[in-house]
Amino acid sequence: MQIASKFKQLFLGTICLSTVICSQAYAETGEPEKEDLKFGFIKLTDMAPLAIAYEKGYFEDEGLYVTLEAQANWKVLLDRVIDGQLDGAHMLAGQPLGATIGFGTQANIITAFSMDLNGNGITVSNAVWEKMKQYVPMKNGLPVHPIKADYLKPVVEEYKAEGKPFNMGMVFPVSTHNYELRYWLAAGGINPGYYAPLNGDTSGTLKADAFLSVTPPPQMPATLEAGTIYGYCVGEPWNQQAVFKGIGVPVITDYEIWKDNPEKVFGVSQEWADKYPNTHIHVVKALIRAAKWLDENNNANRKEAVDILSKPYYVGADANVIANSMTGTFEYEKGDKREVPDFNVFFRYHATYPYYSDAVWYLTQMRRWGQIPEYKPDSWYTDIAKKVYRPDIYAQAAKDLIAEGKMNATDFPDFETETGFKPPHQEFIDSVMYDGTKPNAYIDSFAIGLKAKDKI
Amino acid sequence: MNRVNTNRYSFIPLFNLFKYKNNEISLVRLLQKIGLPTGGILLFLFFWSVAAQNIDTSLGKFPGPTEVFNQANSLVAEHQAERLRETEFYQRQQQRNADKLAKDPYADIKTRPYTGSPTYFDQILTSMITVLSGFILASAIAIPLGVIIGLSKTINAALAPVIQIFKPVSPLAWLPLVTMVVSAVYVTDDPLFAKSFLNSMFTVTLCSLWPTLINTSVGVANVNSDLINVSKVLRLSWLTHTRKIVLPSSIPMIFTGLRLSLSIAWMVLIAAEMLAQNPGLGKFVWDEFQNGSSNSLGRIMVAVLTIGFIGFLLDRIMLMIQQRVNWDRHADIR
Repeated sequence: MQIASKFKQLFLGTICLSTVICSQAYAETGEPEKEDLKFGFIKLTDMAPLAIAYEKGYFEDEGLYVTLEAQANWKVLLDRVIDGQLDGAHMLAGQPLGATIGFGTQANIITAFSMDLNGNGITVSNAVWEKMKQYVPMKNGLPVHPIKADYLKPVVEEYKAEGKPFNMGMVFPVSTHNYELRYWLAAGGINPGYYAPLNGDTSGTLKADAFLSVTPPPQMPATLEAGTIYGYCVGEPWNQQAVFKGIGVPVITDYEIWKDNPEKVFGVSQEWADKYPNTHIHVVKALIRAAKWLDENNNANRKEAVDILSKPYYVGADANVIANSMTGTFEYEKGDKREVPDFNVFFRYHATYPYYSDAVWYLTQMRRWGQIPEYKPDSWYTDIAKKVYRPDIYAQAAKDLIAEGKMNATDFPDFETETGFKPPHQEFIDSVMYDGTKPNAYIDSFAIGLKAKDKI
Repeated sequence: MNRVNTNRYSFIPLFNLFKYKNNEISLVRLLQKIGLPTGGILLFLFFWSVAAQNIDTSLGKFPGPTEVFNQANSLVAEHQAERLRETEFYQRQQQRNADKLAKDPYADIKTRPYTGSPTYFDQILTSMITVLSGFILASAIAIPLGVIIGLSKTINAALAPVIQIFKPVSPLAWLPLVTMVVSAVYVTDDPLFAKSFLNSMFTVTLCSLWPTLINTSVGVANVNSDLINVSKVLRLSWLTHTRKIVLPSSIPMIFTGLRLSLSIAWMVLIAAEMLAQNPGLGKFVWDEFQNGSSNSLGRIMVAVLTIGFIGFLLDRIMLMIQQRVNWDRHADIR
């Protein structure tokens, strides 16, 4: 009853708000204030919207002259956006949030464009897979997916008994990969460890069963091969590459950990966005068109996208490696290729819209693992989400595209009723219900993880 | 003076061949000058290709000479393709600008430089420009400072420990400091130089200035005492003394230092570009490493050979200059 009335309130509130917005006449965006732009990216397939917007001339259509530049790692990329060497960049969804709340580097970074859904996988080394396989249920000689971390648990315990730390790699402390890997491990009863920034501990391995550390994506396979780590969570093509090289086996994709999870965003600094509001809208317009092109006609353009991405100045990996995931299939064990049509989603399901509830989910995971060291009220989560995620800018860009006849209103969420919070759902590997409007209740519902007022 | 002129072209080894009238000696020398290096290179290529076939990496076999040759060709082809894209870019831009003018005759029209990615040859050029800027800046600091240190025992005693401490510092240690300082100090809206260029350049300067500094000061300190006495007898002013006596006599040492500095500068630059993601050959190598495609190792090998060749070329050029300005023809320079 209470929930229902809350919803009603929310609904009414939205209607009031949207009438205010709608009563202001729609005006087309003016010329960009800054036309020469430099965007950074990391060599991953999900940088595709940037490459496509460049190659298909969408940036130029907006009067923007963009240079795309590959960056060494996420830290360098973020620092260069903060100090202005880059105008904007392909970022991990957790990066603008982490920077805004001051975990790691403190800076106000915002995003008005979500770049893609899904696209990651968790890979373990051949040796670990051999040990793990005996516990995995089989059907017709093939493992039944999704493979839960429950089957990894005995292996981790075996290592623990021998006194060997079970090391795994992820790409960045505030990366989607870190939270996904942690979610998967914890869902299987393996504690991935806590952060305690107040005590100066940023390694995130307190009380850990599995020890997670940062490895740059392109070096994941090499680090796995060297035996420094036994598994990793990373974006493509680095899971498929482990299969190609015969050094590891991907066990699960993030699509199976959290269906249609938001992955990368396009981040700019708050300062930059304030200084060049029109430019920002034009950039988002170009990116929306690129994302649409990538998913158009049931992924018909993906083949061409693969050819573009395999150029040495974009992702640069071999085309057949990139194609594996981009064209909707995913190879687990060598030869065990399965259809995963939504492995990379760029536009369907309103993938580009910056939902507040996505931001809140990342914040709940930051709290769960101690990156947010103290209890925060629900309103705090919403406030931060609204500060960092900017659907208002997205909506303006979308309306421009509709007005120009380049896209249809049906391509977008209904801006008049959209609250930014997806309805509660439980499409997670452990089927825990997630409601973005009640972050604290969600945090408390996990068996492993910090709860309400816990402190490390 | 006469002797100097006859030896003027001695840096061209082939030229020497024709100075010997006796054919027999000439043939032996021809073998020595051309045959031996060619043999060495062939032997190297042979061992390289044999070794390459036996090294299996996770990116396939280690590239042998043929693979590297193919990759070099494909880099040339990519360069040409990129130039074509550049031409198209300018055509599109012209078209857009014309449309803009048609819509609004007072519109502000700018022609923008190509926004595509730099090709291999662009990267080489960037590296060369950066290394030379860094080297020139280092020389501009090191030579005057070296002269001052060489002239005064007091200053020398005061600065020697500082120089000795900074001399062995690796570029990788300087780089983070340089990067932070440049981004803190160099704040402008319309930068004349890219920050990445300044980062690489200052790192090169900091690492390459020491050999020139030390050699200059040693050269200046060891000016022949007869010459100094002459200067004293003539009561030359400080400036004239430096100009007419000190500098000319220390030129050989200064150039020895410059040559060392330049080769250090080149080595440092590649490391700096690689670590700081500054454009140039170092970044090319790093990007290819990150790409991890089946061509990557071959392309990196092309870069390795290019880096070596350019380093060799830079050294030869310095050697030529050194021999030209060197009045002491007896010194054995290699």
